[in-house]
Amino acid sequence: MRVHFKTSYEQDIRFFEDRWTLFLYASLVILAFVLPYIIDDFYLGEMTNVLIWAVAGLGLMLLTGHTGQASLGHAAFLAMGCYAYHILVKYGVTFIIAFPLAGIITGVVGMFIAIPALRLRGIYLAIATMAMSILVDDIIVLTAPWSGGVSGMFSDPLNLYWIQIDRWGTPVAFYYVVLVVVILVTLGYANILRSPTGRSFVAVRDSEVSAQAMGVDIAKTKMLSFALSCGITGLAGALMGMFSGVFNNETFSVVISVQLLMMIVIGGLGSIHGAFFGAIVIGFLPQFLSISKGWVGDVIGGSAVAIPGLEFGVFGMILIAFILFEPAGIYGRWFKIRTWLELFPFYRKGMFKRQKSFLKTERLQ
Amino acid sequence: MSLLEFENVTLKFGGVIAVNDLSFNVEKGEVFALVGPNGAGKSTAFNLISRFYEPSAGRIHFDGHDLLAHKPSEVATLGVARTFQNNELFDHSTVLQNLLIGRHRHRKTNFLAEIFFSPSVRKQELQNRHMVEEIIDFLDLQPYRDKMIAGLPYGVRKVVELARALATGPKILMLDEPASGLSVEETTDMRWWIDDIRRQMGITILMVEHDMGLVSSVCDRVLALANGAKLAEGTPEQVQTNPAVIEAYLGGAA
Repeated sequence: MRVHFKTSYEQDIRFFEDRWTLFLYASLVILAFVLPYIIDDFYLGEMTNVLIWAVAGLGLMLLTGHTGQASLGHAAFLAMGCYAYHILVKYGVTFIIAFPLAGIITGVVGMFIAIPALRLRGIYLAIATMAMSILVDDIIVLTAPWSGGVSGMFSDPLNLYWIQIDRWGTPVAFYYVVLVVVILVTLGYANILRSPTGRSFVAVRDSEVSAQAMGVDIAKTKMLSFALSCGITGLAGALMGMFSGVFNNETFSVVISVQLLMMIVIGGLGSIHGAFFGAIVIGFLPQFLSISKGWVGDVIGGSAVAIPGLEFGVFGMILIAFILFEPAGIYGRWFKIRTWLELFPFYRKGMFKRQKSFLKTERLQ
Repeated sequence: MSLLEFENVTLKFGGVIAVNDLSFNVEKGEVFALVGPNGAGKSTAFNLISRFYEPSAGRIHFDGHDLLAHKPSEVATLGVARTFQNNELFDHSTVLQNLLIGRHRHRKTNFLAEIFFSPSVRKQELQNRHMVEEIIDFLDLQPYRDKMIAGLPYGVRKVVELARALATGPKILMLDEPASGLSVEETTDMRWWIDDIRRQMGITILMVEHDMGLVSSVCDRVLALANGAKLAEGTPEQVQTNPAVIEAYLGGAA
């Protein structure tokens, strides 16, 4: 087991508890940067997709995982970010301005949506936000002159100063753009978590009553959480639009919202790692299924079987399995395995078992 | 002027009168206890100060401010800290993070600076960390610093709650049954801490407590409540020997 002998308060603030962890994460980033030289364009495209989902996952994680506000409406914010960016680009705004602006616009809209949502909690909030998801479909159709409505919109290659970046033409460059966005968002997220804002989010999640007694303004905190969460999701939406090349009112359906929520639950609520683990599952599962379908077809003879709805069936089963056997998600499981290895042979079965919770103060309000 | 003033406060839930025309003053630097049978309105009085409930009538003043003009989250900013009867900690965080939340009211940076973790944020964080460490030292919480709340025994959680309230650097500390569920030794520890908080830190303490041993050993003045109204007020001895108080606890002569 690694024991840290702390000699300064700086050590509690640092991202990495020791050199070894720093080394591991640095290697991961370096690996991500040299990846285009290792794998071919198809898998690089899949990687890009996973990273974009990870950004969207981080967005929802901030709201659901850290502030405890369930949302089934985040596809709406993906759509908002996507359309905001592409409409701005259509009017000649350059990528470097349009991209952050799309995030800010989505964030501001999210903040206003939070105002009525402040009165709702738990399942009721999830239902109300789900309505957002359904609503945005109609809004896109109604605003057809700008959004293209049902016939959709094409994503132009993005201009970054002297080069043109396009998902199909220059997949490597596009991958790098996404990677840089992922790294920046993750750093900002981690910074939020280690400062008062992040702590106030967690406080609101765990006990609103006592957060209030500590001087945390619940309404403002929730609104800020919505704004930041929607902003990040908006950025992911813009990238998603660029990635798919063409999109219309049906691209960002309720199904995407559900998938996003499933993703962070599978990955592990309340951790940055969870968003990435979840994105890997969600991103690679369809490919894995189609590959294994072909394989099953070969084994039983005859052509590949087509089973409608297979993907969602498998998603559903995975989700149920996680909720039953590992509510802490992939990251939670990984954490347990790591502790087991670190403490071997002293790991106790009950180590991560939640103690029977004591009576909470009768919930006020 | 007194630090905390209750002026004819009444709170009604429909037909039930939880607090009935209650008036009392807490002076700066004293330890003041609210006692009374279950349902007497002691915790309700705390929740009124925390602004979780809106009184039907009356006024509450704290340190020259009209508390009723402030939002619940602003009460802490004015210098009121509290603990809860059944622990209300942030279960999925470590002890350290719980205490750092206590520093929230002193926050001077905004979220934009925090996204970039600017030098001022770093400085503030180091300062917070230092303040929190002093409280950890004061309450002997060193062994639990990096432990998750969810895995801690009840007695320790009580101390963490006290520590979190202290971390806010309050003018008044409201303790809702600080000794309930504690062992005899833990209660003795709590007694000395309450004494030290008052003497060393100069913090006024308002507490609700059933353990009359603890009350009579640390409190300057006691207010006995029954059915939301004042029964008796005075030193612990005066209140304990008051016939009305004895009747409320044991019932009148048959």
